[in-house]
Amino acid sequence: MKKNIFHTIITHVFAWAFALIWILPFVGLFMTAIRPYDEIIYGWWKFDNFTLTLQNFVRAWNHPTAALSVGMRNSLLVAIPATIFPILIASTTAYGFSRFKFKIKNYLFITILILMTLPQQMIAVPIFRIMKEMHQLDRFLGIIIVHSAWAAPWIIFFMRNYFSTLPIEIEEAATVDGASDFVVFFKIVLPTCIPALISVAALQFSWVWSDFFIALILVFSPDKLLATQRIPLMRGVYFVDWGLLSASSILVMAVPIIVFALLQRYYIKGMVGWTLK
Amino acid sequence: MVSLFKNTFIEKRTIVLKKKITRLSFLLPTLILLAIFILYPAISTLYLSLVTPSGNIDPISNYEDVFGRREIINTKGISQGFEFPLGALLHNLLWIIIHLPITTFLGLILAILLRDVKGNAVIKSIIFLGMVIPMIVGGLIVRFMFDKYVGIIPSFLNIFGVIPKNWTIYPETALFSMILGSIWLWTGFSMILYSAGLSTIPQSYYEAAKVDGASPMRIFFSITLPMLKPITTVVITMTVLWELKIFDLVYVATMGGPGGSSNVLALQMYLYAFRQYNFTRASVVATILMLITMLVAIPMIKSSKGEERS
Repeated sequence: MKKNIFHTIITHVFAWAFALIWILPFVGLFMTAIRPYDEIIYGWWKFDNFTLTLQNFVRAWNHPTAALSVGMRNSLLVAIPATIFPILIASTTAYGFSRFKFKIKNYLFITILILMTLPQQMIAVPIFRIMKEMHQLDRFLGIIIVHSAWAAPWIIFFMRNYFSTLPIEIEEAATVDGASDFVVFFKIVLPTCIPALISVAALQFSWVWSDFFIALILVFSPDKLLATQRIPLMRGVYFVDWGLLSASSILVMAVPIIVFALLQRYYIKGMVGWTLK
Repeated sequence: MVSLFKNTFIEKRTIVLKKKITRLSFLLPTLILLAIFILYPAISTLYLSLVTPSGNIDPISNYEDVFGRREIINTKGISQGFEFPLGALLHNLLWIIIHLPITTFLGLILAILLRDVKGNAVIKSIIFLGMVIPMIVGGLIVRFMFDKYVGIIPSFLNIFGVIPKNWTIYPETALFSMILGSIWLWTGFSMILYSAGLSTIPQSYYEAAKVDGASPMRIFFSITLPMLKPITTVVITMTVLWELKIFDLVYVATMGGPGGSSNVLALQMYLYAFRQYNFTRASVVATILMLITMLVAIPMIKSSKGEERS
């Protein structure tokens, strides 16, 4: 019994010490963002003077060359359609892969699995050329299309696995009653998939919001830059303005953190399911 | 009578045809999108990597050229007793060698420990936060933590007599500070997966082992570890893929510098393509990356295609 209590204490101390170390960078970032520069220049952990200010956030929001107000709006304009569109088309395809029988199905599915592991660098140069040909360079539609195509393989994979866990009897009964595949899918199957769809939406939205590489290649005019692209631009020329940088980091990461906080259960289920099955 | 039979026959055929068209419309939109915007670009990158700038198909000379570049493999740095830069390929390798065992092991330990810690949901969320934030912010935080003045790590090490400096701008520490930062970012992944895996192990197994008088060590090696094997495969595969594809973090923390001493393959591909406009070299680097990722992912692809419903 005594040994057990000792064990419990050690475990708790270790776990919470670990959590403390892990949250330290965020605390530092936060402290740097809410205090004036001359107070944090020799370390944000020194509290001889403590002045609370929102000036850094205001400066990040209205930055003269890389305003986050515009960046966050742009990122939303890209991330929302680039979440809805691929979910719509890829879950339909996933249903096809889960229920229909056709000749080249297995080959197609393996191809999709291979596409899932592709590094983004593999499509970078040609996608730049294609978008140039289609006059979609430096336009949101172009980047939305690329994100949708990029997400399709994992959404197909994830949703196909989800569909194969559903009982098939109800669908068969509906088919016997004369319902078409479309009716069965949209009226019967899809409503039962809402938890899975929320998982996919939470992850896809966060990933598109956080993306940097695709945006870097396809979007370049100053008023179109997405939120993540503006952070590297905020580095000062002569000195690194950590107040400004930390405030803008907090603003940009706040969006995926809010998604995670609100949809935590779905987010983690999506993460685990996406990788495990 | 004959015409009636003929009519129903035609009707049946149109129904079948209609059904086929509906089913095609389930699949085609996504497949066309994938073909144009993913498959075709990937194949043209592959093709580009095989064709010399003068237009001949000569993969050997292209790949020889890239593998001979000092930004990919720096033989001089290696022969001088592993002095940075070692080249992007070796930096990626070093990243895997350090980052993979630490994050996998740490994630497993945490998942096991946190099972009976009060407030474990909070701790898990904190550790998982690194997976939630954009990598570009993650890279900025790495720079911030290792900054000479505002960074807490150099100031902390100063207590032990280490002279504070900007870790990210010195060749011998730039790569290591980013690897350390990426451990902070990625440990949440293996922890969450192992936590999910642990919850699927039936409690009765542990009870039976305890009744038989098995030690905690024995239980760990004979029950927990073997039961978690499929999860370990996934964790290792996904972690290696992430390490190979790392880009944003390096872009914002060091830009591969100083003098290429913290460069990685994904960044070098970007520099070849969009800074030097050398598309052949860029395509070769991208193809090398793809070949390695595919090699790593094969076991996972093999195991996931077989689980279709019968």
